[in-house]
Amino acid sequence: MKKTIFAAALLAATALAGVANAKTLVYCSEGSPEGFDPALYTAGTTFDASSRPVFNRLVEFKPGTTEIEPGLAESWTISDDGLQYTFKLRPGVKFQTTDFFTPTRDMNADDVVFSFERQWKEDNAWHKYIPEGSYEYFAGMGLPELLANIEKVDDLTVKFTLKNKEAPFLANLGMDFGSIQSKEYADKLQADNKMVQLNQMPVGTGPFTFVAYQQDAAIRFKANDAYWKGREKIDDLVFAITPDAAVRLQKLKAGECQIFPYPNAADVPAIKSDDTLTTMEENGLNVAYLAYNTQQAPFDKVEVRKALNMAINKKAIVDAVFEGAAEVAKNPIPPSMWGYNKAIEDDKYDPEAAKKALEAAGVKDLSMKIWAMPVARPYMLNARRAAELMQADLDKIGVKAEIVSMEWAEYLAKSKDVKRDGAVILGWTGDNGDPDNFLHTLLGCDAVGGNNRAQWCNKEFNDLVLKAKTTVDQAERTKLYEEAQVVFKREAPWDTLDHSVVVMPMSKKVKGYIMSPLGHHSFSGVDVEE
Amino acid sequence: MFRFLLGRLAVLIPTFIGVSIIAFSFIRLLPGDPVMLMSGERVMTPERYAEISHRLGYDRSYIVQYLDYLWGILRGDFGTSISTKSSVLGQFFQLFPATLELSLCAIIFAVVLGIPAGVLAAIKRGSFWDQTIMGTALIGFSMPIFWWGLLLIILFSGVLQWTPVSGRISLMYFFPSVTGFMLIDSLLSGQKGAFTSALSHLILPTIVLGTIPLAVIARQTRSAMLEVLSEDYVRTARAKGLSSFRVVGIHALRNAMIPVVTTIGLQIGVMLAGAILTETIFSWPGIGKWMVDSVFRRDYPVIQGGLLIIAGMIMLVNLIVDLLYGLLNPRIRHQN
Repeated sequence: MKKTIFAAALLAATALAGVANAKTLVYCSEGSPEGFDPALYTAGTTFDASSRPVFNRLVEFKPGTTEIEPGLAESWTISDDGLQYTFKLRPGVKFQTTDFFTPTRDMNADDVVFSFERQWKEDNAWHKYIPEGSYEYFAGMGLPELLANIEKVDDLTVKFTLKNKEAPFLANLGMDFGSIQSKEYADKLQADNKMVQLNQMPVGTGPFTFVAYQQDAAIRFKANDAYWKGREKIDDLVFAITPDAAVRLQKLKAGECQIFPYPNAADVPAIKSDDTLTTMEENGLNVAYLAYNTQQAPFDKVEVRKALNMAINKKAIVDAVFEGAAEVAKNPIPPSMWGYNKAIEDDKYDPEAAKKALEAAGVKDLSMKIWAMPVARPYMLNARRAAELMQADLDKIGVKAEIVSMEWAEYLAKSKDVKRDGAVILGWTGDNGDPDNFLHTLLGCDAVGGNNRAQWCNKEFNDLVLKAKTTVDQAERTKLYEEAQVVFKREAPWDTLDHSVVVMPMSKKVKGYIMSPLGHHSFSGVDVEE
Repeated sequence: MFRFLLGRLAVLIPTFIGVSIIAFSFIRLLPGDPVMLMSGERVMTPERYAEISHRLGYDRSYIVQYLDYLWGILRGDFGTSISTKSSVLGQFFQLFPATLELSLCAIIFAVVLGIPAGVLAAIKRGSFWDQTIMGTALIGFSMPIFWWGLLLIILFSGVLQWTPVSGRISLMYFFPSVTGFMLIDSLLSGQKGAFTSALSHLILPTIVLGTIPLAVIARQTRSAMLEVLSEDYVRTARAKGLSSFRVVGIHALRNAMIPVVTTIGLQIGVMLAGAILTETIFSWPGIGKWMVDSVFRRDYPVIQGGLLIIAGMIMLVNLIVDLLYGLLNPRIRHQN
């Protein structure tokens, strides 16, 4: 293994020295990838360095949107009962040729079947190729229970059979765990008894070929000459791993990198006023919420929840916590997602009305707990600060709020409890751009005691999202989800807090970068001006 | 000397076992659970939770887990990281040269500047020099590392553009790692400008990491020198008409070095703590950053293994310091 890396690095070094005028894009990334087999992980940082540059999926998200477009599958058909998905694969797609692997055949159905069966079937030799590894996303999206069969029909046709109807299935296949691996490469590693290498030196069909990873320092890729969508404009792509946001900014200013993610909110105004830099913004596919425990008095009463929603000044929270880099949320799904109901009216901030509503509901001297997350997440940078502002707001209507916080894993575990005492600040970042991934995952009846932190089971709402889940036609689904949002707002299991805005600073020389609402950082199609 | 060495070694074994127990239990006493953290906001089903805990062996009793862990260590197996899925020992040795290179530069920086500064302050006691040196040392000692590092980056890399911002070498250079020490590897690579680039990347982190040890060493040297300078034998040496350089440089300094060497030894432990922050600011791929990431992920094998290896190294350094005492002062070695 060491020898291979050494040889690879040496060759790459010679290659790099040879092309003095190579166009290079340096991306100051925020952290180290955990590994290079995307199916084993759930973190965006890992996906940015593995699935996005190196791999493709059967279906892809159209750049800048959450819509599905053909990827390695040229086309697909769905049977009338919605249970069979037949994919026609793109012919002539080449896997990357690297210093450690030379493919002898094009991508075909065997690769697709392998890529999913290894995650699915426990008797597959690759299911536990790393004893500590598990396929968290594949399991988390419910695929082990959903899949009935994956079958190679011919070299360029694969058929997936499901146990029940699942409209978001296609979107799930566009997720990172759906990256198509080379079975030929895997077989070679297995024969050489070097299986763990699959997680260290990836081979895919994507726009960039993996060259080397210097742990915690840099990841190097070069343009894939045989890329099926055409070779990239840049020759080399380098990730300079830079954990501190202030240092990333300094590196951008000094020209040590050309683009970086996650700037400090406080630095954004200065970046915007710098002539040599530019910023792009995109609404994040996320939501932060305050979930009441709707199974507990007095929060089981809609009137009480509504009154509290009216008492909390969300605009002030967004201004204080995000310095403007977020918008107030009125729906549980973000506005950039299809199915978002624009017509919904948010509960108005009105402490007087809130006070009256609370009195009308017969609630006096209410004291409650507000749970504040101990960590910063993209949807909520400072939950403690948000909770303090809520506490002050609630005080104005005579509600005494106590802020509680605990260690993150414990917070996640205890907030699930049906008997939990208090309202919880938490949030969600979308996985696949499908409204089901928010509405059903976070608010469905079967998620009570789990992801449904409001412990809210409303038959009307649940029926709507379940129906949408099994309806294939998107226009019809949109209607169902819009209706579900009306029920949600009427019943108010959450106070929807915010959707954050993602800012990406870059040098003015960077052209053609497209921000992904899914939070991916992909450099396909990017050019750097000389 | 041999018995002295044996005595010291005998103390190391129980210390090592003690550290392994602390490293093992400490992380388990903290709230938080690595399996739960794997799925983040996404809730894991209880069955899946049980399956993964079982696979990682966390469903066994603590005693069984500890004994299993200890048995692994005896065989040289420090476990496998939960997040990167690679061997803890392998990762440690891949990252350690970066930390060692930086720490060595920092300690050299601290010693080379700290000892002369301390000596100067002692012989010019109460003067302007003394006040300035001790005042600066106090400021250096109190400086928050994170703030200090950013300040230097903004000034020297941002405004003046004298030094690179972060990393170990410019990304232009790319060569295989032979020793893991960038200064050596860059020379071996034969690539033009690589060594200079590696050296320039070391300047700021060296200053940041070396600041606190420098302050401590300067203060310790000053007080040790003051004590020694008032000894009778120094007066005798002066009375004999020896040059002031010989008196201070040879007679006094050598005796004043014992507490200073102790301090330097202790500073190596302090420096590993400082390396955590310094490495994060300067994107320095060393063990400090690796350990912090693991704590956030509750990556038990890495935290346990990392702590144990670091503790082992500090014990080794202290052993070397003890042996150095023996060399510097024959009385210590003969007492044993």
